[in-house]
Amino acid sequence: MANNASGGHLPHDMHPLGPVILKSTALTKHYGGVYALNDANFEIRKGEHVAIMGDNGAGKSTFVRQITAVEQRTSGTIWFDGRDVEFEGPLEARKAGIETVFQTLALADDLDVPDNLFLGREITRWNFLGPFRRLDYKAMRAKTLEGLEKTAVKIPNINNTIRNMSGGQRQCVAIARTATFHSKLTIMDEPTAALGVQETAQVENIIRTLKEAGEPLILISHNMRQVMDLVDRIVVFRRGRIVANLKKEETDGEDVVSYITGARTQPEYEVGAT
Amino acid sequence: MAETSQGTGGLKFDRNKRTWPNEANVFIALILLIGLFELIGHYRVGQSMLFDFNTNRDGTILNMARIRIIILQVSIIGIIALGVTQVIITGGIDLSSGSVVGMTAMIAMSFALTAEVNGNPNGRAIFLSEVDGQMVPTPWLHDLPVMVPILVGLLIGILAGFINGVFIAYTGIPPFIATLGMMVSARGVANWWSEGNPVSFPTDQYTALANGNLLDTLTFGLFSESWAMQEVFDGQNPAVFFILLAILFHFIMKHTIYGKHTYAIGSNEDAARMSGINVNRQKVLVYAIAGMLAGFAAILLTSKNLTAQSGMGLIYELDAIAMAVIGGVSLSGGRGSILGTVLGAMIFGIIISGFTYLRLDAFYQEIVKGMIIVGAVVLDQWRQRRASNR
Ligand SMILES: Nc1ncnc2c1ncn2[C@@H]1O[C@H](COP(=O)(O)OP(=O)(O)OP(=O)(O)O)[C@@H](O)[C@H]1O
Ligand SMILES: [Mg+2]
Repeated sequence: MANNASGGHLPHDMHPLGPVILKSTALTKHYGGVYALNDANFEIRKGEHVAIMGDNGAGKSTFVRQITAVEQRTSGTIWFDGRDVEFEGPLEARKAGIETVFQTLALADDLDVPDNLFLGREITRWNFLGPFRRLDYKAMRAKTLEGLEKTAVKIPNINNTIRNMSGGQRQCVAIARTATFHSKLTIMDEPTAALGVQETAQVENIIRTLKEAGEPLILISHNMRQVMDLVDRIVVFRRGRIVANLKKEETDGEDVVSYITGARTQPEYEVGAT
Repeated sequence: MAETSQGTGGLKFDRNKRTWPNEANVFIALILLIGLFELIGHYRVGQSMLFDFNTNRDGTILNMARIRIIILQVSIIGIIALGVTQVIITGGIDLSSGSVVGMTAMIAMSFALTAEVNGNPNGRAIFLSEVDGQMVPTPWLHDLPVMVPILVGLLIGILAGFINGVFIAYTGIPPFIATLGMMVSARGVANWWSEGNPVSFPTDQYTALANGNLLDTLTFGLFSESWAMQEVFDGQNPAVFFILLAILFHFIMKHTIYGKHTYAIGSNEDAARMSGINVNRQKVLVYAIAGMLAGFAAILLTSKNLTAQSGMGLIYELDAIAMAVIGGVSLSGGRGSILGTVLGAMIFGIIISGFTYLRLDAFYQEIVKGMIIVGAVVLDQWRQRRASNR
């Protein structure tokens, strides 16, 4: 395919941003008759931060849900970290090294902060007991404080249930969850949507830290300033299709908006795009 | 980090001003309720419900006789409620436990019988074979070691719960429907098993399960002479089992992966799934454990009564649900605790025997029981609204 995201390189060649870590080919998802995602060819390199932009309902979250195997794709292939992958579910994706902040946050309201941070990967003792192995609350609590300290999130009592927290605090917990664990690829679906100015700045700092550490990120955001500040490349979705793939230094806000609204489509994506 | 803070970011947090755990409220309700009954009783029947200041009969100021009855009444259903609590915490419901008790009672009891009663063949036996032209209890299926009926009972319970769980987890039908189906079918099995006839005359070992003194055995008879062993625990095995199981499951729910995932599913099933919890497998496990506890309750019930009848356990499921909900377990899932359910069971027991103590007709008891169940659910709804208004 000609429209290989960064210009026709093979996954294993040399590139200033490192080798390709994730690549989707003709990724497609239908919900009954709804074509939420169509023929998406996407790739991201090891040191690269890529933004996905697009109007509401453009298919951005759908794309994330296929990559992370929250849902099973209708067709297409996903290549991650050296091999074609068929994750059975989100746990496998996470074990393979994909950390995700979902738009819906995926927090358990009745559990507290450490519980949520470690949900599905609890630190345990007495491991011979299988499903009845014992939770190591002390260790999880210590690591939680450590992780939150790094993100400078304000949470007065981490033993409070998520239910009793502000929207921004919840979001911070969800982000801290991905930031606490090292990963091969981080995906954030509108991570700053509910955040105040300061908290947004903090999240952006976390993202910069990731960039410095050379960890790749897919950032979904409606915030043009943020995107222009943080990422190397912008991929625009419209009505379930990718309509543009723009290097940051070759574009500007107005240009991106024209792709989002449908005023323009890059020639190589013309097929089927409306 | 400041002394007062146990979070991050330096926001003030005062340890002493934490909100009370819900169980504290339930406990206060229990105390108030006892006070209320004592007060009404003082004027209506002229004696105390739980206390006995005059005779000093059992060496205490407590009316041990009545307390023993109350505890015995709630503990068998309480054991079921321990499982129902876990099911409700996942956001589900189990309407089948009463019928599973009936089914398990019949089948487990059939393996617990003696071949002979007072020198005659056991006329209540189920497994018969022909010897010299006569139908007699099959020798190798009678006078079995007590482990056999126990295992059979637990397995039947687990199987029923497992079927519930598989249907709920893998077909996506609502728990209400799946367990309603099991409720009808299991009762059907109970009726079919012996064509409605009771199954009776268990072995001594089996009888001892509910009627012996478990704690005395567990402590190797070291405290046999003590007041507690003779006055409190003797013949109270169902209560002892209830307490031991409650402690076990309290630990499991608070301190193990199993418990954490159960709460997570009830809190936000999608989040649990996205976090990589195997939601389906966990649900099957929870329902199977609830079934196992119902099976165990059936064993104790038949052992206590020395007989199994197909109508046993009728509407126990509602009593168990009521205990849990009274104890603060939320029907929408994610909230509640084993401790709450134990307190709920005590409230339930106090109300039921309180009516007997006030010498009110048994009919009133049933009417009030229905009201308690509905009232508990209303209370739960109210609590939820309040929680979301905070
Ligand atoms: N489970 C589903 N069943 C049916 N249709 C769905 C489902 N999930 C998403 N859709 C549809 O797919 C389309 C893409 O949805 P998606 O959530 O990917 O949008 P998005 O780009 O993330 O939008 P937003 O910016 O609002 O988050 C929408 O039209 C949506 O209605
Ligand atoms: Mg979205």
